[in-house]
Amino acid sequence: MEAISRLVAELDAADQKAAQAAIGAGFAYGLAAIGPGVGIGYVVGKAIEAMARQPEAAGMVRTTMFLGIAFTEALALIGFVVFILLGL
Amino acid sequence: MTVVTDTAQPEVEVVWDMVRRAALASPVLLVLGFAIWGTPGLVGAAYGLLLIVVNFVGSASSIAWAARRSQVLLMVAVMGGYLFRLAFLFATVWPVRQVGWISIHSLCATMLATHLGLLVWEIRFVSVSLAHPGLKPRRTGKIQSRRT
Repeated sequence: MEAISRLVAELDAADQKAAQAAIGAGFAYGLAAIGPGVGIGYVVGKAIEAMARQPEAAGMVRTTMFLGIAFTEALALIGFVVFILLGL
Repeated sequence: MTVVTDTAQPEVEVVWDMVRRAALASPVLLVLGFAIWGTPGLVGAAYGLLLIVVNFVGSASSIAWAARRSQVLLMVAVMGGYLFRLAFLFATVWPVRQVGWISIHSLCATMLATHLGLLVWEIRFVSVSLAHPGLKPRRTGKIQSRRT
């Protein structure tokens, strides 16, 4: 711990700024991936439930599920773009 | 483990229609990328377009493959596929973020615009009914006159 604080103290302002940007970018990407992950899990869970109740509607449910997943994934994509642009 | 007996692949049908529309929209995106960011913008737009199309095709293929086998595998394929696709995007975009021949801003803008744009565009052509679980049926030829 002492070594880390000494290392941080030795960094100049530019390095500290870069390090903080990298940490922020990592948090942005991680947090942006959690939400869609939960959402996709919920979408698929409900779709499987619907397919189990009505197997004849499986095709319809799968189409809706696919589009729902793709829309939810757009949130993760936005987080990814922010991560890439912050981490430059 | 419940085996799904439905053998149709509506998501694959939908995604190939999206690929067709991506091919139609690609000249506009490429010209926009070139006009704003120059040649690196053109390369970035092409790369972004390719990544999103691969992302969609991979997602639909894995879902169709898993849905033919079992519902448990479907859950695994979707959640695992999500993580895999995030890792794929990271692995393909991170190495090119600071190279000179590709504009990262063009790449990011194209990825977002293509992903959301294709989805919103495709919504208009999706049927989601028991008779047509994927795309809406296309009108073919003449309208039949009603016989009395």
